[in-house]
This record gives sequence, structure tokens and C-alpha cells, in this order.
Amino acid sequence: MTVPDTPTVGAIARLDRAQTESETSKPGARLVRRLPVQKDWPTWALIAAQIGILVGALSLWEIGARTGWIDAFFWSQPSAIAQTMTIFFTTGDAWTDISFTFRSTIFGFLLGTTAGSLLGLSFWWSRNYAAIVQPYIICLESIPKLALAPLIILVFGIGLVSKVAVATALTLVVSTLTAYAGVKALDADSEKLFYSLGASRLQVFRKLVVPFCLPWIISVLRVNIGLALTGAIVGEFIASQHGLGRAILYAGQTYDIALVWVAVLVLSTLAVVMYAAVSCLESMLRKGVRQ
Amino acid sequence: MSSSAPKLCVADVSMTFKTPTGAFHALAPVTLSIPQGRFVSLIGPSGCGKSTIFNIIAGLLEPTGGRVLIDGADATGTIGRVGYMLQKDLLLPWRTVLDNTILGMEIQHVPLRAARERALPLLHRYGLAGFEYLYPNALSGGMRQRAALLRTLLFDTDVILLDEPFGALDAQTKLKMQEWLMQLWSDFSKTVLFVTHDVEEAIYLSDEVYVMGTRPGRIIATIPVPLARPRIRGSVLGPEFLAIKERCLDLLHLDPTASEAVNEAA
Repeated sequence: MTVPDTPTVGAIARLDRAQTESETSKPGARLVRRLPVQKDWPTWALIAAQIGILVGALSLWEIGARTGWIDAFFWSQPSAIAQTMTIFFTTGDAWTDISFTFRSTIFGFLLGTTAGSLLGLSFWWSRNYAAIVQPYIICLESIPKLALAPLIILVFGIGLVSKVAVATALTLVVSTLTAYAGVKALDADSEKLFYSLGASRLQVFRKLVVPFCLPWIISVLRVNIGLALTGAIVGEFIASQHGLGRAILYAGQTYDIALVWVAVLVLSTLAVVMYAAVSCLESMLRKGVRQ
Repeated sequence: MSSSAPKLCVADVSMTFKTPTGAFHALAPVTLSIPQGRFVSLIGPSGCGKSTIFNIIAGLLEPTGGRVLIDGADATGTIGRVGYMLQKDLLLPWRTVLDNTILGMEIQHVPLRAARERALPLLHRYGLAGFEYLYPNALSGGMRQRAALLRTLLFDTDVILLDEPFGALDAQTKLKMQEWLMQLWSDFSKTVLFVTHDVEEAIYLSDEVYVMGTRPGRIIATIPVPLARPRIRGSVLGPEFLAIKERCLDLLHLDPTASEAVNEAA
């Protein structure tokens, strides 16, 4: 078996040698290097660098605005923003706005996630029902829900309910599809095992389908909190009397750029806090589910 | 014992599946009659309908013809009458080993505490001590099969169907598990129907071996195994054992030297 192969192998070996020679110039020499090693800085140094960048950027911004390098009318400046921030929190509507946006986000998040998950799980009960409803769900997914926001505001008014509705619309479909993906991933043999033990449909649903799909449902929580916040803000952009979204829009329209920055900063903080809380909830739930 | 009705009787059961290309005869009328406390194996080539028979006995599949009788009463198409262990262990990853083994009792509405109290001593006696409160992902393949088998046993039915329970285990573990299963079977005196691809395993464990043929699935021979119990591992080299093995392999259209191929046909 090896005999007919020999010429080919020899040819390849020659070719190899030719290549190596052209690359290294020294015949037979081998490139030897030390393994590149990256040294990790201590944590305090990393944090110091991060703070340094922030302080540096803010200082440049402030100096630029004072020397006329940066147009303070369009970009505002850190000192003005800090001042506006104090006013916003002491005499302004800060807490009303924060609470309004927070409530619409949380209600939308809870409503959309719960209803969506239940809807997705319900498809397990009947294949016919799932087959009939599925195209509508897919249609709903492909519609940009934010484009419907003006309609939703029109129907639900300019109060809290309409913001909750937009946030719900955004989160509902994601949860539905994810829970349904869980249902579809269910092993038919597991169901067979349950039925062989004499289980009823309800027992299979409660003891198999729901716990099996929970990790799927949990995995979208973090996505959904972000979506719910987006929905609430867009709802406020269109028509609202309160909320951080409305504050941003109002400040922009009145050229109060410092206030725009303040509202954006507060909004980001709110987003980070909610995201962290949901992440925390998620890891708690995961431990509870032990998947 | 032979005077009373057999524990499990499969009477002229046949199965035809409708497929886009026409009717597919999975099972020709098949008849099995198994007395109380027997260990019976089914061997046969892939696609001979072993799993179909099991699904019919477990009530998960309605046969096209024939009936399933348990203790002489019609049990066709009813679930929850027999313990059925599928090829995969199907342990639920969100339940501890203990809570996995009580699943059957839980579904039969046995109170959780009572169920756990019944299961714990069995877990201890049958090699799962120290694993009760672990989750299945911490267990080896053999341990998982033990848990799955105890779950089947704790379901408390007289008849137990085991569909290739040791098919995915390595040879060493498989031998250990066979001894373990024999121990369990003699302690609980259940009626066991066992499916395997491994001829030697079938003979070593069983009182009777049914050899199945394919297209359509049917029983082509019933071979009694008159070896004394408790059996010892060395008996697989005895002349009596080898004669039975040769007969089985002949029936499966294979010669004894090709036995490895049968073992690996899973």
C-alpha cells in the first residue's frame, strides 16, 4: 500500500523544504519565540485608568466650551449640566418623571413577559391551535411595534396606560416566541415517560412542560427589561405629560441642551439599575430551577 | 402457577402504520404469554417492532388488531398499568435523584413525604446512597440508569418493560448493571420484559428468549433458558449456554463468530 504512494510523498517533502527555505532564508532554521504573555494590571490600576479617561474627557469638554472651541449652545458643558442636575432634582420634576418612566417600564415588562410566556406555553396543549395561531404570531413579530406606538397612544390616551401598552407590545412577542421554542424543544420521549406513568395532560404540563421551559422564559428577562424601557420612552416621546422621555423631548424642543444631558444621564442610570436588578432576579431564578 | 392466567398476555396484536407511500406492516399478529415473575427477553434485528410492542403494552399506541391482557383483564390502550423504562434515562434535570425516582408515585397522587420515605431505603440499598440529593447531571451513565430503573420499580406495577436499558453503557458497567438488575429482580419478583440487541445479555438474564424477525415484525422462535439460578458469570462459557447462543444467532441469520456485530448493532 505504501509503495505506490512513495513518489508523491517525496514530492510533497521536496515542496515543503522549498517553501521553508524561501521563508526563512537559512535552511533548516526554525523560528523559535517565547510565548507572548500579557501581564494583568491590578484592579485599582484599571479603575484608575477608567476614572482618568472620564475626568480627562469632561475636563477637555469644559475647557473647550470655555475657550469657545466647542459650541456650548449645541453641546452644553459639564458645569452647566451639573447645575441643571441640581435644579432638576431639587425644584424640578425629577422624581415624578423617574417614577412615571419606571412604573410604565415595570408594568409593561411584567405584563408582556407573563402574558407572552403563558401564550407560548399554551401552544403545547393543542397542535391544531398552535398551527392556526402561529402565522399571526410571526406576522406580529415582523411588524415594527414602535411604528404602532402613535396608534396605541391614540387608543389608550396620553396617561400611563398607553406607555404600559407600548412596553407590553414590545416584550410580549419575544416572550411568546421564546416560550414556544422551549415547548418545541421538549423531548417526545419525556412526554412518553410521563404518559406511561399514567399522567394526565395537566400533570404533564405542570411537572414537565413548565419546568422544562422555565430556563427559556428566564433567558429573555434581560432582553425584555431593555425593550420595555424603550417602549415606555417612545410612548412618552409621542404624547405624555410626565416621564424622562418627555423631559428629553421637551428640553430638546426648548434648546435646553443641559437638561437633555441630565435626563439622558438619569435615564441611563435607571436602565442600568433595572438591568442589574433583573440580572440578579435571573440568577436567583436559575438557582431555583437548577438547570 | 401455570394453571392461573398469565400475568401479561399479548394476544394476536398487530400494527399497521399509514405512511404517505402506503400501509406499513410493523407487526404481524404477535402473541406473547408471560407468567408471573418471569424474566423474558426480546431480541431481533433493528426495525423488527420491539419498541412498537412495548409502546402497545404500555398503552401509548393503539394496536390495529388484537388485545393486551394483564391478569386476564383487557388493558389495551390504557396507560399507567406497567412500568416502562425507555432507552434514554429521561431523568428530569431540575429534580434531585430522589425526586426523580418518586415521579411515578407522585403522578399516582401518593403524598410526597410518603413517597420519599419509601424511596430512600431503596436508593440506599441499591447503590445510590450519597446521591439522593444530587442532580442527575452529577451522575455517571450507570448511576443514571440505576436511578431510572428504580423510578420504574417504585411505580409499583407487577409488569416492567425495559427497552435496552444498558445499550449505551460501556462493557464493564454493563456487566455490573446486569448483576444489579438480577439482584433487583429476585428481590422484587416482578414480571420483566426486556429488549436488547445483545444475545449474550438476553440469555444470561432470561428465563425465556423470544427471537423476532422483521418485515413484518413477528416472533420466529421461543427459546427457553433452563440454566439454574442464581447464575454465575462463568456460565456464559458453558456448553449449554453456548448451544442456546448459537441457536439464537442462527435464527438471527448470523454465525457465532459474528456475535460482536450483533452486540454493536444498537
